[in-house]
Amino acid sequence: MLQSLRLKSVNDLFVDIPNEVRIDGLRLPDGLSEIDLKRDLEAMMSVNRPTTIMPNFLGAGIYNHFIPAAVRTIVSRSEFITSYTPYQPEISQGMLQSLFEYQSFMAELTGMDVVNSSMYDASTALGEAILMANRISGGDRFLIGRAVSPERISVARTYAKGADMKLVEVGMDPVTGQVDLGDLKAKMGDGVSGFYFESPNFLGPIESHADEIRRIVGTKTLVIGANPMALALLRPPGEAGADIVIGDAQVFGTPMDLGGPTIGVFACKSEHVRKMPGRLIGMTTDLEGKTAFCMTLQTREQHIRRSKATSNICTNEALLALAAAAYLSVVGKAGLRDIARRNVENMRSLSSRIAAIKGYKAPRFRSAHFNEFVVTSEADTGHVHKELLARGVQGGLVLDRMFPELGHSALYCTTEMHSKADHDKLVGALEAIR
Amino acid sequence: MSYHQAVHDVPIIFESCESPKAEDSFDPTVGGAIPKELTRGDLDLPDIPERDVVKHFVNLSQMNFGVDNGLYPLGSCTMKYNPKVCDDVVSWPTVAQVHPLQDPSTIQGALRLMHELEKMLCEIGGVDAVTLQPAAGAQGEFTGVHIVRAFHESNGETRKEIILPDTAHGTNPASAAMVGYDVLDLPSKDGCVDVEALKSAVSKDTAAFMLTNPNTLGLFEKNVREIAGILHDAGALLYYDGANLNAIMGKTSPGKMDFDIVHFNLHKTFATPHGGGGPGAGPVGVKKRLEEFLPVPRIVEKAGVYSLDYDRPKSIGKVRAYFGNYAVLARAYTYIKMQGGKGLVSVSENAVLNSNYLRENLMDDFEMPYDKLRKHEFVLSGAPLKKKGLRTLDFAKRLLDYGFHAPTIYFPLIVDEAIMIEPTETESRETLDKFVAACRSIMKEDPKLLHEAPVNTARRRLDEAKAARDMIFSWRGYLKKKGASPPASEPKPS
Repeated sequence: MLQSLRLKSVNDLFVDIPNEVRIDGLRLPDGLSEIDLKRDLEAMMSVNRPTTIMPNFLGAGIYNHFIPAAVRTIVSRSEFITSYTPYQPEISQGMLQSLFEYQSFMAELTGMDVVNSSMYDASTALGEAILMANRISGGDRFLIGRAVSPERISVARTYAKGADMKLVEVGMDPVTGQVDLGDLKAKMGDGVSGFYFESPNFLGPIESHADEIRRIVGTKTLVIGANPMALALLRPPGEAGADIVIGDAQVFGTPMDLGGPTIGVFACKSEHVRKMPGRLIGMTTDLEGKTAFCMTLQTREQHIRRSKATSNICTNEALLALAAAAYLSVVGKAGLRDIARRNVENMRSLSSRIAAIKGYKAPRFRSAHFNEFVVTSEADTGHVHKELLARGVQGGLVLDRMFPELGHSALYCTTEMHSKADHDKLVGALEAIR
Repeated sequence: MSYHQAVHDVPIIFESCESPKAEDSFDPTVGGAIPKELTRGDLDLPDIPERDVVKHFVNLSQMNFGVDNGLYPLGSCTMKYNPKVCDDVVSWPTVAQVHPLQDPSTIQGALRLMHELEKMLCEIGGVDAVTLQPAAGAQGEFTGVHIVRAFHESNGETRKEIILPDTAHGTNPASAAMVGYDVLDLPSKDGCVDVEALKSAVSKDTAAFMLTNPNTLGLFEKNVREIAGILHDAGALLYYDGANLNAIMGKTSPGKMDFDIVHFNLHKTFATPHGGGGPGAGPVGVKKRLEEFLPVPRIVEKAGVYSLDYDRPKSIGKVRAYFGNYAVLARAYTYIKMQGGKGLVSVSENAVLNSNYLRENLMDDFEMPYDKLRKHEFVLSGAPLKKKGLRTLDFAKRLLDYGFHAPTIYFPLIVDEAIMIEPTETESRETLDKFVAACRSIMKEDPKLLHEAPVNTARRRLDEAKAARDMIFSWRGYLKKKGASPPASEPKPS
C-alpha cells in the first residue's frame, strides 16, 4: 500500500507533524495476548466483592434486579452493538424500531406523550430538565425537594451553573419524608422556573400529594422523578400533570456495572417537544408506503443548530434503551407487576424484621414505600456498617452526613434478588452487633 | 453487487399482543401496602412468549448494519472493529455485579483499573491528570469548558467568549453555550486555522479556543504551537477535542502540542462498541495547573490501597453520577492493555495509511479540496454529481446498496456536498479496494439508480418530512393519531 502511495516508509505519512511537537512512541508496556490479559485481569478483579458473593443492600439510584438470559442474547447481537447513531435509516431500521419501542414502553409507564431515546443517566436528565424548565418558564431559580439523591443534586448544580441558575431546596416533612407543602408554597414565586420532586423519593417514601404540588407549582414547570420499576404499580406521573418526567431505566435489563453506563429517561408533554433535549425517533413510511422509523425534529440538536441547540448531547445510551425494551418485552406486563410486587413484599418483610431488633427503627418515615427505606439506629451507623462488612454483608447507605437531621440512619434497599437467606444473614448480623 | 439486507415485517411489539385480556385480578396495592389512590389503573404492556420476543428482536437486528457486517466509513466516528474479549470481560460478575456505593475496600480491583486507565490516558494524551467521569465526548467537552470557566473565575476573571474554527463538530459550540459562553466562529484558511484571523479575534474576553488536531478535514494543524502561544499570551486556554486522537498516538500528543485540556472518546480511539448510538465515554485530561478543578471524587492511591477523595474545594463538582461509564472504561482498559504502547502506535499508522490509500484512489473521481496529505480521514466533495442532477445524499444512499455504510455527509460545513471518509485501521486492503470499486461504479451509473437508491436495504428512502409533521413518537401516540380509544392511563382533566 505504501508503494502505491509512492512512499518509502510509514513515517512519510507523518511528515506534516512538525518536529517541535513530535514524540517518540508511548511509554506503555507491550501488548498482552488474550489469554494473558484475561489471566491478569481476572486476578485483579477477584479482589472485588460482587453481589454474587456478598449480600448487598444498597440502592440509592442503582439497583440490583434480575436480568433474564434472553435480554443478554438480544443486546449482544453484533448488528446492534457495533452500529452507531442511525444516520442512514434505510439500513438501520432494527435499532430505530427498537428505540421507538423503548420510547413507547416509557411513554406508557410514565403516562407521558413524548420520551426521547435517552440521556446519559438520571442525574444528567435532571440537569437537562432544569435547563428545559428555564426555556419553558424563564426564571433564575429552580426548586428541588430535600429528599433527592445528593449525587443527582451535585450533577444538577453543575448543569444549572452554566445557565446561571440557582438551586433552592424545599424542605421535607419530618414525619412522612414527603414534600413540605408549606415550604413549597413559600418558595414558589417570581423568578422560579419550576420544581422537582421524586416518588418514591431518595429516602423511600412515595409522595401522596402530587396533585396538590401541581396546583402549587401552577404554570411553572413541574419535573417529577420516578423509578420506572415502581411505575408498574404506581399512578403514572403524567396523570399528576408533570411537564417533564425523568428517571433511570437501568432497572430494566442493565447490570449495576459500578454505576455506569445507566440510562436517563426523559419524557415531556407534547406541547414542550421542541424545547426538549436529545434524540427522538418518529414513525413514518418509506417510498413504498411501508412503516418505517427515523430520527426526527433534529433541528433541536447540536449537529444542526450548534450553539442554539437544546443540548450538546450526541452519543447517548441507545444500547441500554434496547436492553430496556427487550427486558420489558421478555417479562411482559404480568412479569413486571409480579417483580414489582415482590419488591414491595420484600421491603415490608425486611423492614419489619429490622424494626423488631432492639435499638433499630424501620421504616423511619410514615409513608408507603417501594423497595427502599430508612433505618435509624441507636448505635453509630459507621460502626454498624463496619461490623456488617466484617460479617460479610454490605449494609445500606450511611446517611448521617447527608441527612444529619435523621440522626444515625442508613438507606436500605431490597429487591427480588434477595433470598430469605440474604435477609436472615443481614438480620442475624444486625442482632449480633453490639 | 450482491448485498441484500434482510427484510422482515416485524410488527411493533405492542401490536404483537393478542386482543385485550379480561380485567385481571392483580392488586397494585400489594395487600394495602400502597394506598389505592397512589396506584395506577391498567398497564398497557404486551405479554408475549419469550420465543416470540427473541424472534422479534433477532429479526430486527438483521435489519441493522454494524461494523461486524461490513465497512462503516463514517467520518469522525471511528467505526473500527471492536475486539470481542472486551465485551467478555465486562460480563464477569466481578465487573458487572458491583454497586458504586459499596465500601471502597470491596471494590479495590475496580478502583485500581480506573486509576491505571487514568495513568495510561495521561501518557497517551501528554497530560498530568485525567477524570473518567464524563459519559461521552460531548460531556467531556462540557466538563472541559466548566474547567475553563472555573480556571478564569479562580483568577477573578469573567471571560465571555469561546472561539471555534468553522470546521468544529456541532457539539463544541453547543457545549460552550451550555456552560454560558458566547461562541465566535473563526473562518478557516486553506482548511486550517487562519492564524492572523485568530490573532485579531483573541481578546481579553477570550476564555478558550477549541480545536481538534488533525482537524475535521483530516489535515494536521502545523501551526498548533503558535496557536497555543497566541491563546496563552492572552491568558486563555486551548482545548483539544479528542475525536481525532486515533490519528496521532505515539507521534505527537495534545499535551506536547501545548493544549491545556483534552477529552478522549474511548468508543472511538479505544474501540469500545458504539451500541447503536451509545454508551460511550469521554474522559478529560488536564495539565497540572488545572488538576484542582477536575470533578470529584478523585481516585487516590496510597501504598497499593485505593480510596476516594471528595475534598477538592476548587472542583467543578460532578458531571455525572458515580464514576462514569465503568463498563465502557473496562473495555477500553482491556483494549489498551492488549495493544500495548507499540500496538497503539501502529493503530495510528495503519489508520492514516488506510485513509491515504482511499484518498489516493478516490480523488480523481470526485473533487478533492485541499489536496494534501491527510491523517485518519479525508473529505471529498460530491459537487461533480450536481452536473447529473444528483447530490451527495444520492451517492450515500447508493453505497448502502453495495453493502457499505455511508460516510458522514454534509460535514464539515465548509466543503460543498461534503463526503467525509474514515476507513479505520481494522479494514483490509481487499475491503478498501472493493469500496473504491463500488464508488467508481456508482459514479458511472445511470443517475436514476442513484435517485431511487437504496433498493437492497430493509426499507426504501424514507419520508422524513412526514415523521416531523406527524410527530408519532410512541405506540400510545400512534393510537391517539389513529383515533383509537386512548390508553387507560390518559391524564385526567384536573
